[in-house]
Amino acid sequence: MAASLNGRAAVVGVGETAYLRGSDRSALALQLEASLKAIEDAGLEPKDIDGLLPYASGAAVAEDFITNFGLEDVTFSATTPMGGASCVAAIQAAAIAVATGLCRNVLLPIGRRGYSDSRVASRVAAMPQFHVVSEFETPSGTIAPAQLYAPMARRHMELYGTTADQFAEVAVTMRRHAMLNDNAIMQKAMTVEDHHASRMICDPYRLFDCCLESDGGAAVVISGAERAADTRRPVPILGVAEGHPDSPSVITQRPDITRLGLAKAAPRAFGMAGVGPEDVDVAEVYDCFTWTVICQLEDLGFCPKGEGGSFVEGGRIGLDGALPVNTHGGLLSQAHIVGMNHVCELVKQMRGEAGRAQVAGAEIGLVTGYGDLGDGSLAIMGAAA
Amino acid sequence: MSARPPTGESKTERPTPDPSIDSKPYWDGLKERRLLLQQCGNCDLVRHYPRPMCAACHSLEVRWIESSRQGRLHSWTEVHHPFVPALRDEIPYVMATVELEEGVRLQCQMLGAEADALMLDLPVEIVFREVQDGLVLPFVRIV
Repeated sequence: MAASLNGRAAVVGVGETAYLRGSDRSALALQLEASLKAIEDAGLEPKDIDGLLPYASGAAVAEDFITNFGLEDVTFSATTPMGGASCVAAIQAAAIAVATGLCRNVLLPIGRRGYSDSRVASRVAAMPQFHVVSEFETPSGTIAPAQLYAPMARRHMELYGTTADQFAEVAVTMRRHAMLNDNAIMQKAMTVEDHHASRMICDPYRLFDCCLESDGGAAVVISGAERAADTRRPVPILGVAEGHPDSPSVITQRPDITRLGLAKAAPRAFGMAGVGPEDVDVAEVYDCFTWTVICQLEDLGFCPKGEGGSFVEGGRIGLDGALPVNTHGGLLSQAHIVGMNHVCELVKQMRGEAGRAQVAGAEIGLVTGYGDLGDGSLAIMGAAA
Repeated sequence: MSARPPTGESKTERPTPDPSIDSKPYWDGLKERRLLLQQCGNCDLVRHYPRPMCAACHSLEVRWIESSRQGRLHSWTEVHHPFVPALRDEIPYVMATVELEEGVRLQCQMLGAEADALMLDLPVEIVFREVQDGLVLPFVRIV
């Protein structure tokens, strides 16, 4: 068994830009702004950063941060190319780096102009992890993630009776949470009827089942436990893991297309943290599509496979429910910052600094990543001391 | 709100494959309207999509077999948003995930399908269409 990372690292700083549809800043400038905020939030200075984990499919590389911040001796840099699972997978890489003493303070930045520049159809085609899909499926008419993931949701509906009403429950709840968040793009109330009336993108996904395209930057700083103790309000990382599904580069050939890499990561992360799903007070779950939330709740172990649809009913994932999910509004209604916004939100929750969306007395929280046709990642954090 | 900027949907043509050494026989087979699958030259396991190594025995030996083209519907999506302009005239179209008799799957566009009539395990067969000069793709239709 691998050495445990429980308690060996902490998130010491978070930073976010304004999230927008239309920014006049470059993707690099956006993440430099967010990074500076995260470094200041930790009570550090840029020169304290000696590890860099930029978003693998993004607009900036480690050298850009060395250059712009004038860093003199970066001892560790890497990327975790897992699409939407990248940001949380990078937490694992950062925790390893600081726990071994390879570096002291690792910056995890992301910035993108997902609204203004690279829209989804072209972005996917440019990712090397998608080469199998690009060669064998895209020519037939499967262009975008919505089309790749819709058959997973359809099969889940056919096998388990999952319904569009249950999808709507996810979308409506994310919107309600976004309306508590001044830095959320979507501020207009949504009803189940609004969801059902939104135009069909690819069945069963309607427009309101799909995440936003946004401009913005977000960043966190991760430090080793001892160093973290000197920062403003460190949030301990209790468990962290990544998981790759069977047939990772193409969904079509996967034995069970309703099971994600997260199903492999979850037992490892929970085991490392020494807690179970029943202990979780708040969950920030990667929500590129509504059904993706339902499926991840199953693969996390909150309910058996096939019961995620009924799990989200009746307000359970709302702020006042048993398991508040995406208290910031998520990719569906806050902004698409590839889930780094989810990481920032969990840290705020664990500090008690989540404003109107604060889950009272939250002691244990989790954040997931999902991407690249089914890769999964999971970090479990505890309340700030 | 600012005016909508140019989108990334700049491709005006249907995306086309870029065959590799490993996959060229598959694409050449389609040109002859044959659906070819890789079979491990050592342990006989059939695999798809084409790739160099057998995941079961790690042999690099490959033989190509012709599929019966018969299968069952594993899942589907009815596409209403074209994503690229080249497919605008085709929407709505159904993308089907088909499980072939040989035990592997492929994804292709369905001909003449009403999404309301679809169900898991519906018997289907693979047919071929030349979608543009020199590019023959597998399609699927209900048997």
